Amino acid sequence: MEKNTQKPALRCENLHRYLGEGEGRVHVLRGVSFEAQPGHVTAIVGPSGCGKSTLLYLLGLLDQPNDGSIWIGDELMSNSSDIDRTAARGEHIGFVFQFHFLMQEFSALDNVMMPMRKLGRLTPEQMEERARGLLTDVGLGDKTHRLATQLSGGEQQRVAVARALANQPTIILADEPTGNLDVKNSTLVFDLLTKLAKENGQAVVIVTHNPEIANRCDETKPMRDGLFVS
Amino acid sequence: MLMSLAGIIFGIGFFIVTQAQTSGFEQFFIKTILGTDGAIRIEDKFQDTMFVMRAAGHNADVSKFDVAGDRSARKYIEGVEDPKLLTKALLQFKNVAAVSTVLEGAVIADSSFKNESAKVYGIVLDDQLLVSDLGSQIVRGSGSLDNFRDAPQGMLMGKALAELLQVAPGDSLILQAGTERRRYRVSALFETGVRDIDKVRIYIHLTEARSLLKKSSGASFLQVSLFDKDRAPEDAVQMSEVLRHGAQSWQVREKTWLNAFQALQISAALTVSTIILISGLGMFNTLAMLVIEKTKEIAILRSMGYTRVDISRIFLWLGAIVLVVGTVGGWILGLTVTYGVSKIKINLTGIFTTETFQVNYALSHYVVATICAIVVVMTAALIPARRAARLEPGDIIRGTSQ
Repeated sequence: MEKNTQKPALRCENLHRYLGEGEGRVHVLRGVSFEAQPGHVTAIVGPSGCGKSTLLYLLGLLDQPNDGSIWIGDELMSNSSDIDRTAARGEHIGFVFQFHFLMQEFSALDNVMMPMRKLGRLTPEQMEERARGLLTDVGLGDKTHRLATQLSGGEQQRVAVARALANQPTIILADEPTGNLDVKNSTLVFDLLTKLAKENGQAVVIVTHNPEIANRCDETKPMRDGLFVS
Repeated sequence: MLMSLAGIIFGIGFFIVTQAQTSGFEQFFIKTILGTDGAIRIEDKFQDTMFVMRAAGHNADVSKFDVAGDRSARKYIEGVEDPKLLTKALLQFKNVAAVSTVLEGAVIADSSFKNESAKVYGIVLDDQLLVSDLGSQIVRGSGSLDNFRDAPQGMLMGKALAELLQVAPGDSLILQAGTERRRYRVSALFETGVRDIDKVRIYIHLTEARSLLKKSSGASFLQVSLFDKDRAPEDAVQMSEVLRHGAQSWQVREKTWLNAFQALQISAALTVSTIILISGLGMFNTLAMLVIEKTKEIAILRSMGYTRVDISRIFLWLGAIVLVVGTVGGWILGLTVTYGVSKIKINLTGIFTTETFQVNYALSHYVVATICAIVVVMTAALIPARRAARLEPGDIIRGTSQ
């Protein structure tokens, strides 16, 4: 495997995370270190409960570690305020979850425009143009005005991919993005995600149970009991 | 949410309607009593006693006003000794519009049918017309005020008293005060609307009253009308201080009824506010449920970069939309129902006489109802909004995906 020598888009060192309270408190992550390079697709695999999703949410700044550091680019984010972490999520990170989490009351176009509206870099016309472009890229150019409820499961997940790419983030974090899809749609969504991310030089981190998906990534990092194992 | 919206509309609407009615009747009562007995009545003269003068002169902590307010520390002389001089002084007050001299006395009215106790008011008609609505209170007798003006033996009699005595305009009857008996002719009947007045009051000319009551000079009181009726309490205090006569404003004179109206207005406001309050509780429940239902959406918005403030703003906007639509709807409902109520026919007599519901279209009712709704609705929205903002996206997504 060719080693990427670019500056990492995302980096963490010695992450520790405990979940639960009192006697139920579990040491989920036990000092994890990790780097994600631009244009590089990394799969994190492992059994349920090994801590891979917890790691992903820490890397996505949705959660805070008990110990350790996380950098987005050159910026140390692990100890930053909620406002700073929220802003960093909007600007640098795109999420794709196992469940699409689309806003059911809105159209596909509106769903894709939502992150752009918050970031506010583009005019409304530019936002709409970009959203249409992204939906076309994921093969839904003719269904932009359909409500989320009027799309199939695979189509909804493709809208979620387009939404994750909306703000041109440097990092795409995907938690079981194909876990709820059939084989055909799984392949379609994965191909779209990796193709678009690579075209734009985005670092992609995918948590998956699917060995076929994992094997098609640039790198696979197996996890067990809160640590990466070689 | 629609039920809460309907509740806000009805709450605001009924708040406005009840306030319009209670204040409408209060305003009508005030108009009646001002049109009958004037804004201020100047009566008994007083002199400070030696104790009062000593207190005012030797104790810096006791203000002259405080001491003068103590009726027991004054010597009162009944009535007004020199009404002309006092009238001249009263007209120097900027807020005084007109003054009428009144000589009052108890009489027995003796018609051919029966006797009734009555109160005779000796007036100068044109002066009295300036301080009261007597002109518009005449209910029977064509050209009657002119008849009264031109007839030295004429009288204006309360309608209720005329009914008791079974007399009509043109009939004559005897008024007896002590040993003095004089015959008068009824020029016209008047109706103030206040039954306690209409069943005892008789107006005759002041010169006639002096003869009947055997009071060749002075007056019982001076009736004063003001340009700004609401300043009556302050003016009364000033007049009392300057003129050394008791001065009573209409607010003090009618305190009992005004307090009753006030209590009724507050009671109605509190009762109807519960509708708004209950709607607010309903809205709180709906929004709290919505927060629970939408936790995933909240989490995904947070993952996209929406801040806690953005999330709480969504729920506050929901509350604000309900508030605006509910308020405007409530205003329209309140205005429409108030107009409809004002057209309802009733026949009320007692403290005033009216044939329709009295309503008062006051901006303050709309403002108070709106403030009430703002407090209730925004509090109901704020708590779920804060709860939504506190949700941790990581916890929610982790809980969903595993």
